[in-house]
Formats: sequence, C-alpha cells, structure tokens
Amino acid sequence: MKKVLMSGNEAIARGVYEAGVRFAAAYPGTPSTEIMEQFARYDGVYAEWAPNEKVAVEVAIGAALGGAKALAVMKHVGVNVAADPIFTVSYTGIAGALVIISADDPSMHSSQNEQDNRNYAKFAKIPMLEPADPQEAKEYVKLAFALSEQFDTPVFLRTTTRVSHSKSVVTLGEPQVPEDKTTLAHHAAKYVMVPINARTRRVEVEKRQKALLKFAETFSENKMEINDPEVGIITAGMPYNYAKDVFPNYSYLKLGMVYPLPVKMIRHFASKVKKLYVVEELDPYLEEQIRAMGVEVIGKEIFPYTNEFDPGVIRSAITSSGERSVTSYPESLAQRPPNLCPGCPHRGLFYALKKSKAYVHGDIGCYTLSYLKPLEGLHSCICMGASIGMAHGMSKALMEKGKGKVVGVIGDSTFLHSGITPLMNMAYNNSDALIIILDNSTTAMTGMQEHPGTGYTLMGKEAKKVNLNILISALGIENIRVIDPNNVKEARSAIKDELASSGPSVIIAQSPCVLFKRANQKAKPPLKIDPDACEGCRSCLELNCPPIAWKKGVTKEGSKRKGIAVIDETLCNGCGLCAQVCKFGAIG
Amino acid sequence: MKDEKVKSILFAGVGGQGIIRASDILCEVMMEAGYDVKKSEVHGMAQRGGCVTSHVRYGAKVYSPLAEPGTIETLVSFEKMEALRYLKDLSPNASVILNTEQINPPAVNIGDSQYPDDIIEFLKKQYPKVMTVDALSLALKAGNLKTANVVLLGSLSSLMDIPHTIWERVIRKSFPQKLVKLNLEAFQMGIPA
Repeated sequence: MKKVLMSGNEAIARGVYEAGVRFAAAYPGTPSTEIMEQFARYDGVYAEWAPNEKVAVEVAIGAALGGAKALAVMKHVGVNVAADPIFTVSYTGIAGALVIISADDPSMHSSQNEQDNRNYAKFAKIPMLEPADPQEAKEYVKLAFALSEQFDTPVFLRTTTRVSHSKSVVTLGEPQVPEDKTTLAHHAAKYVMVPINARTRRVEVEKRQKALLKFAETFSENKMEINDPEVGIITAGMPYNYAKDVFPNYSYLKLGMVYPLPVKMIRHFASKVKKLYVVEELDPYLEEQIRAMGVEVIGKEIFPYTNEFDPGVIRSAITSSGERSVTSYPESLAQRPPNLCPGCPHRGLFYALKKSKAYVHGDIGCYTLSYLKPLEGLHSCICMGASIGMAHGMSKALMEKGKGKVVGVIGDSTFLHSGITPLMNMAYNNSDALIIILDNSTTAMTGMQEHPGTGYTLMGKEAKKVNLNILISALGIENIRVIDPNNVKEARSAIKDELASSGPSVIIAQSPCVLFKRANQKAKPPLKIDPDACEGCRSCLELNCPPIAWKKGVTKEGSKRKGIAVIDETLCNGCGLCAQVCKFGAIG
Repeated sequence: MKDEKVKSILFAGVGGQGIIRASDILCEVMMEAGYDVKKSEVHGMAQRGGCVTSHVRYGAKVYSPLAEPGTIETLVSFEKMEALRYLKDLSPNASVILNTEQINPPAVNIGDSQYPDDIIEFLKKQYPKVMTVDALSLALKAGNLKTANVVLLGSLSSLMDIPHTIWERVIRKSFPQKLVKLNLEAFQMGIPA
C-alpha cells in the first residue's frame, strides 16, 4: 500500500474515512482542528462545524441513534463543554457507532489548562484508546468505531499535541465501502433517560464494563515486549516513543487501550520484570489504578506531574543522571510571545479600551494576546464564553463601586459558542457591565474556521448568517452600538459613552481579521515615520505593533527626545493606526 | 544500506518564516531517500510572530519525534537570535546554519531589552561548524523574499548526503507549477559555492 507522510490529525481523518464513516461534527480547538478540516475534504462525507462542543456531540449522538457511524471532535477543554451529553450517552449506548476525539494539550502550548482527559474515560465509564503516532492514530480510530459497534458504547480516542501535530510515515489502507445502516427505529426505553429507564441502563453499563474488561485482556493493541527482565515500563501514547528512544532494551507493556485496563495482563507483566516503572504525562492515572491492583510501581515519585515529556525527561528521571552538558548563552534572551498581527483590528480596540482604565474580563481567542505588555488589555480569562458572566457578576457584586468600570470582551465565534446565554442573563438580571464583541468575521485563532455568523459552512456552502444586532436585541439588550475598531477616536468615545450609560450595553467592534482572505482586504502601502517630526513620545510603541521599533540615541536640537520610533516597511501593512495615535503628525 | 543511527535536525525561527513548510519538504526528502522519518512541531500560535520550532528525526527506525535535549546534530536557525534559545538541545559537536536575518522581539522593539550583538562570534566559539547565510538577499536574488526558507534548505543540503535529484523531485512536488522554477533557484542559491 501507499506510504505517505501524515500528521496525527491527518491520519485520524484518513482512518475515519477508511472505516467507512461519513458523518462528523466538531468545534475547532488546538490541537484538534485539522482533523475536521481534513475529513471534510474526502468524497461523500458530511462534516459540520457546530457552534460548540456540546452541540457537536449531540449532533453526533443524533446521527448515531439513527444508525450512522458518527464522529465528534474537540480539544481537551471542549470535553468539559460536552460533558453533559457524554455522561448520559454512556448509559443509552448508540444504535450505529459513536467516537469522541479528545485532543489533549500537555504543556498548554495553546490552552488554558492541561487537564488529563483519560480521567473522563474512567469517570463516564467509556472505553478509551490512545495512539502513540500517526500510523496508530489511523488504525486506532478504526478500532474505536469497531469497538463502539461491538459493545454498543461511545468510545473515546485520546491524542496529545505531540501525536496530533507530529508527522511520520503512514501506510494507507483500503477504504471500507460505507454501508447505509441508517433507519428510524424506536427504542424509547433505551434512549429516554427518565429515572426508571436510566436505572435499567445503569446496570447495562456495568455489564458492558465487565465485557470490556475481558476484551482489554486480549486487545491486539495492548502489547508486551519482553526484553531485559531487570526493568519493565508500563506506558501509553507518545511517552512510549520517548522511553523507547532512550531505553530501547527495557521490557515494555504498551497500552493501546487506557480504559478499562487489562488487570491480568498488567499483573503478568509485573511478574516478568524486577523493577517496574509507569511512564505517563500529567496525572498518575495508570499508576493509581495499577497500585490498586496490588502491583508495586515507581511513578510520580520520580516523574513530573506537569508538562509534556521528552526523551530527556525520562532518561534523567530513571537514571538520575541529570542534564547533559550543553552550552548556554550567558545573557537572558528577550521572550518572543505571539503577538497580534500588523493591521489586526483588535489592536485599536484594546488601545482605546486601555485608556478607559476599566477592568476587562477576557475570553478565548487571538485577543487574549492583548494581555501582554504594553497593551495589557485583559485582567481575567478563564474559558470559552466566561467573559460575559464574569463581567455581569463583578458588576452586580461591586454595585456603585463597579459602575462604569467593568467590561467583558469576546470574539464573534466565542460569543456564538457560549456567550449568548450569559448575555441573555445579563439583560434579564440587569447589570451595568459593558460587553464588547470583537467581530472579525471568522474563528481566527485556530486558523479561519467558519461559524454560524460567517455565512458559510465547513463544506463551503453558503448558509444562513446570524445577525448579531438582531440576536442581541432579541435577548433584551437595548444599548447596542456597531463601531469600526480601526478608528481609535470612534472606539474611545463609544467605550466612554457606553460605560457611562446605565443597564447592560453591547458594542460590536466590526472589522475582518487581517489574515481573512474572503474579506479581500488590500494591504495599503507601508507607513513611514519622519525622523525630524518624531518627538520620541513613544505613543505609537504602546500599540505593540510588530513593525514599530524604538531607536534610541537619535536626538534632535531643541528637543528633549531620547530616540525615535521607526517602522519596518517589510512588516507594516499600512493600517494607519499608529498615524492616528501620533500627536505630532510624524507618521504618514 | 542506510545509516542506522537516528539523527536529529532542529529548525527554529519566528512564526511566518516558512519553517513548517521547510521541515515538511525535508521530511519528504528523507522519506524518498529511504529513511524512517518523524517530525514534531507546535503550531497554534505560529502565525502570530511567536517562536516556532520543528524537530526532524530520521534513521532506520525512529521512535520519538522529539530529540533528547543535548543530542541534536544540526540546527537551522531561520532568525539570528533564535539560535541562542535552543543551545540546550544541541550536541556540543552540532553544526549550525544561521540565517542572519534579525527580527526584533516586542521587548526589543519597545526598548526594554537588547538584541544580542555577538551571536555569530559566540556560536563560532562554541560549535565546530557555523555556516552563516543571508537568506533574504539570496531569496530576493532568486526572485522572491518568501523563498528564504528554501534557500536555507539548500544550505542544509550541503551538509547532508542526499542526492540532488531527490531534493529537486520533492521541491517540484511541493509547489504549484508556476513557483517551481523560483524555488529551485532559491534552493541552488543556498548551496555554498
């Protein structure tokens, strides 16, 4: 068969297709996003962006109850959003097949926490497979669908950033011809989870658990490699590769299924080796269950709880050899945090917002990057959609003290994900906070995905487009204003007015993401700073725009300036924001 | 027979420099040359000017897509100071290919921090082989600034024992027809005379 280089995410999409699955729903989130983008490109599939992960799972459950094989995809924190239906579909089971992908992010490369979603499998009593590389990712997702059909259960497939975003050689398989098993079949006692039915299904879950436990003992992807009998390592997922890289001759038990665990196999493996380690990132998830089997292991007493591993972490924990001797540069290096792009419409808004001195509750998206110096645009950020409820709560608690000082900012995609309900609450319970919707017409942070406000679907079809103005007004908000955030003066005066007004207000700051191709924005000629006119006041530097830099020591007769600002023309997109904030007309 | 031992190459630079594209091309080349190959990078915020790294590992059989710190044999730094950030990952005998392009981090832009001025001298003192490349000028000579990443692949190819025909075949596959000639020229520009 053909061999190709694939990322874990591309391989999962391929595996889903090879399994004959043609139905999937998701909400984008790093590191999971490419799975859906790739899947949507295969012939004959139906793939949709749902407004959030809970909806995505419910859509997939509906399809599965109709007999389809369905997939739902999300990042680790997305499973929190979707947890409600997930815990109960575990009871009902499905008619077709249902696989839920959780892409975890140890080290929080692009996330607000590093929760270990293996715990969800145990908590919701749903079997979970965990691949270690792209080839396995492709095979395991196929096995997950087979398991789902065989045991009438939803199945989790867990990846981590290093599996999703690493590439390796993958052997393609022959795609299974999809079989249409969809039908409208009524099984109300199985699917209506009123207490009397739920109690019955609850017992079925335990029966299924027993059957799965038996299955795990002979599952082809729980593999023992007996080499050196002195040391054994029990591991799963990417850490297996890290360990093999530094200790190729140790004995291994590599678990392809991380829930439920094969008790007999683990005991058997433990009996074959003298010293036994459990190598796992994040929680002592395997370790605690293995200890509960009465098997002595070495785990988190030597391995870190936090962050992802690499081969070096494992070597130094096991051999306590410490770091290798390496060179380091004697001075500390300036950090290079991700920044808003040149021409980003969020920049003008946050510049204006900073002048208001308000307390700003932030949300999840590119605009979270405004937290950094010198914009320092956010004072809190917890999770998707939280900004609105938190702004309302703070405003209510502080009453007069908070009047005119509490703001929530949220992107358009995030607002439609989980901002509508808290905004309705804000209108209903009437607080004085100001909500600013940063509407850049796309899901920018994850790479320009469509959502219900863009007018297009994942499959590229034109769609109904949410009218934010009408929606917000229907929720009961009376003060609604639409502004262009690239106009600093307009943004400042709108923020000032709406902070002063009583009752809830919403400003919709509308300007497309500068990287958004469909908006067809033409870059303007780059701007220049006149070195004679610049007084070195540094106002433009407060924008934290990548092309603007401080050149110290450029003095001028009759001026107290200590340097000037300069613009790197290769980076500038000519948005003109800096010209608006320059008090000396030096930029043009 | 292929070299058995797994080797590691680290690409480092700043979001937007075409690092991931370049490491994809390298992986395809190594695969065509008959090696097992794995690579790992972190995207997510890559487009917003943050640090970007990509590990490429190849050999008879590769397990980890991430190299053990202190063992990487070759660093290709797409930006001058970024090279300094990953010295802990390099073997003391590493070869360094250094693009001399300077992209200021925000703290340097606003005057809170200094951009180091002794990078090349420092690296030359520490490592046996340091090749400096003015990739932007060479890319411009080839016809487009955006081919700087392929210029650096050309430089890298001079340290590797891979037939030129494989590089050429993969570059042809990696770009739309109208950009192939430009990129082949950029690749050639990167190979030291």
